[in-house]
Amino acid sequence: MRLSARLAVALTFAAIGLGGLPALAQKSGGTLRIYHRDNLPSASIHEEATISTVQPFMGVFNNLVLFDQQKPLNSPETIVPDLADSWSWDATNTKLTFKLHPGVKWHDGKPFTAKDVQCTWNKLTGKDADDFRKNPRAVWWQNLKDVTVGGDLEVTFVLNRPQPSFLMMFASGYTPVYPCHVSTKDMRTNPIGTGPFKFVEFRRGDTVKFVRNPDYWKHGKPYLDGIEWKVIENRSTRILAFVAGEFDMTFATDVTVPLLKDVLSQAPKAICELAPNYVSTNLIINPSTAPFNDPKIRRAMALSLDRKAFNDILSGGKADITGVMLAPPAGIWGMPPEVLQSLPGYSSDVEKSRAEARQIMEGLGYSDAKPLKVKVSTRNISVYRDPAVLLIDQLKKIHIDGELDVVDTSIWHAKVTRGEYSVGLNLTGVGVDDPDVNLYENYSCESERNLTRYCNKEVDALIDQQSQELDREKRKKIVWEIERRLAEDLARPIILYDRVATCWQPYVKGFVLHHNSIYNNWRYEDVWLDK
Amino acid sequence: MSAYLVRRLFLMAVTLVGMSMLIFVMLRLVPGNITDIIFDSAGFVNPAQKKKIERQLGLDQPIITQYVRWIGGLAHGDLGYAYVSEKPAIDEILPRIPVTAKLAGLALAFSVLFGVPLGVMSAVRQNTTLDYVLRILSLSGLSLPSFWLGLLILMAFVHFLGWIPIYKATPESPWKELALLSIPAAAVGFRSSALVMRLTRSSMLEVLRQDYIRTARAKGASETSVNYEHALRNAVLPVVTIIGIEAAFLIGGLIVTETVFNIPGVARFLVEAIRWRDYPIVQNLVMFIAIIVVFVNFLVDLMYVVLDPRIKYDS
Repeated sequence: MRLSARLAVALTFAAIGLGGLPALAQKSGGTLRIYHRDNLPSASIHEEATISTVQPFMGVFNNLVLFDQQKPLNSPETIVPDLADSWSWDATNTKLTFKLHPGVKWHDGKPFTAKDVQCTWNKLTGKDADDFRKNPRAVWWQNLKDVTVGGDLEVTFVLNRPQPSFLMMFASGYTPVYPCHVSTKDMRTNPIGTGPFKFVEFRRGDTVKFVRNPDYWKHGKPYLDGIEWKVIENRSTRILAFVAGEFDMTFATDVTVPLLKDVLSQAPKAICELAPNYVSTNLIINPSTAPFNDPKIRRAMALSLDRKAFNDILSGGKADITGVMLAPPAGIWGMPPEVLQSLPGYSSDVEKSRAEARQIMEGLGYSDAKPLKVKVSTRNISVYRDPAVLLIDQLKKIHIDGELDVVDTSIWHAKVTRGEYSVGLNLTGVGVDDPDVNLYENYSCESERNLTRYCNKEVDALIDQQSQELDREKRKKIVWEIERRLAEDLARPIILYDRVATCWQPYVKGFVLHHNSIYNNWRYEDVWLDK
Repeated sequence: MSAYLVRRLFLMAVTLVGMSMLIFVMLRLVPGNITDIIFDSAGFVNPAQKKKIERQLGLDQPIITQYVRWIGGLAHGDLGYAYVSEKPAIDEILPRIPVTAKLAGLALAFSVLFGVPLGVMSAVRQNTTLDYVLRILSLSGLSLPSFWLGLLILMAFVHFLGWIPIYKATPESPWKELALLSIPAAAVGFRSSALVMRLTRSSMLEVLRQDYIRTARAKGASETSVNYEHALRNAVLPVVTIIGIEAAFLIGGLIVTETVFNIPGVARFLVEAIRWRDYPIVQNLVMFIAIIVVFVNFLVDLMYVVLDPRIKYDS
């Protein structure tokens, strides 16, 4: 069977998984065996910005609300209750009140109350003495003025100004509710939640184990007796182990397009779904170092990009070429292709763009005989290195002679934050498919995760404007205007959003892969084994 | 002998102190530290928070103070706290030692049990077909990288034959554990056995040409007696030396093998700890390995006396 046909079958299976669940009688029991690709930094979801922590630990917790685990697209329409039975906005759209589910207990037996919700957000906004050691998503809550409790089962979030997509952030896997009575240090090593699985053991570099929470407040769930993660850093070993049936599921998005062919040929019954991971491959240019402080050079670099070549070589043509926001049908907010093509560097006529880029470079005194020499820094991981090599090749076409500067992966962010690079190739994951998340996090002046320190007050004002817009179509237009400004300013040009596969054995049921974020569908409370 | 022992023990102590300083300083010369890495998984760096963590971990102290604190802790059996897991370092290291010890022991046994007899056979049957086959085998053992060999073995035994599963920390029986460990041990031991075999062969060839071997044969001693009692006993000294050195070098091979076979031992953990700049783990593990190496070398030196009565340490 050809790969595309297999994928169609896999997608059909997935679709059956979405809509057809009620027709199947779920079986209880069994332990889900999954491999993990690397060592987890910690168990505390709030302190990390990596799928390595979210995927194993999301099942320990509950959120106030959640993206429907059975629907592949995250949107305001797919938000369902979790710890909050209901929610409502006040007339001014600045107060969001949640009514909490009664009778919920933490894994250590203590009752869950509105105070725990208040505590969690006090930590996230730096108002708690025992605050987080790291708070990578602080910018998500910058509009939050206060959290008030009304008894044990009601909590209200008071905002500085209306923010219609505020609820979206509560629905992410990155936003669990933490217990007040457990320290942030303990949450890094021995997390306590209200979720379907209790944490048992975390042996660094070896295993992470969870067992079924017998007192889970969603009666009858979860179906699994437990989940056992095995850390296998060597990709060949772990893929081999999955193919040999040692594991029920691969780590999220671990199977690249070239690997997918191998996996499907060796394990033809495996269900593999190739989906967007909403992780962008992007070009970072340090605007504070000469000659890159000259916008003309940055523009020439953007014009040199042949995104289709990146896509064909790295992803077998399966990746999504979009702007900052992922475009439909995979995403919600991105520009349609015809609008996208009008942005600098997105033209389908690459040769014409490159001719313009060469003209700019020649105007600045560069030529083939006298190229601009530059180090292209990137992280020492193949998903970073491979596109960096392609980038160097493409920059050669416009008189830029790049040299690959491979940076030890452990110090990559430290180096970029200190501005110790000229040109770099980076990967950025988006937690929730919403402009507030993506734009504030990566492009606003105040964000700590705005790696290039791009700062344009006008763009900041537009980001605030779209954030307050209640009409979705009007908001989309503002977002597209921001996209245009970002493309013109060469603020971290997006090369592509890759697609990678996650595979599972055919007897794993009730699992649906989300398509516009890799961080939000790992609760596992609906998953069961048909063995 | 006692004077020699005292001198050796003193030298061992000096070596270990020197090693501890070297480990401590070199580790801190590597770019980046744990705070950079802690923030890396959050995708940003907050300088103020970073300083706070450095203060909490004592990394803001002068390097001498940090060293004295470590050595002082070691003297009291306190290995400190692992930076990443925030658990006592001893709790992280101790469970991994038996895994690696078993693997290393098996690999060493593999190299000796195969290397020595095959080396003797190769020497005794010099320039025969068997000798050529064994020499080719030993050459391939020396030239095949263990990661590649490991992957080949893994493919054959896990995927095609389905004989062994991926490593489990709690196998059902000691036999299952032996089966789990024997394949990776063979992957590591193959190179060592090739080295031991070649050295045994060349050493035996030298000894077999000696007058006392001819005398033994003239006196009517059997070939087995000549080869194993008279020749091997005299040829084994350099082999023991190389086995001692190999025991120390084994850790290098184990790093790759533990990674490929996904065995949660000390060697893989060490590499990971270096990557994470988890100083307490790295310092203590490297010291542990240094102690083993120094001790094994000491044992090898003592074995010379047992194997060759002509060697005396009195003077």
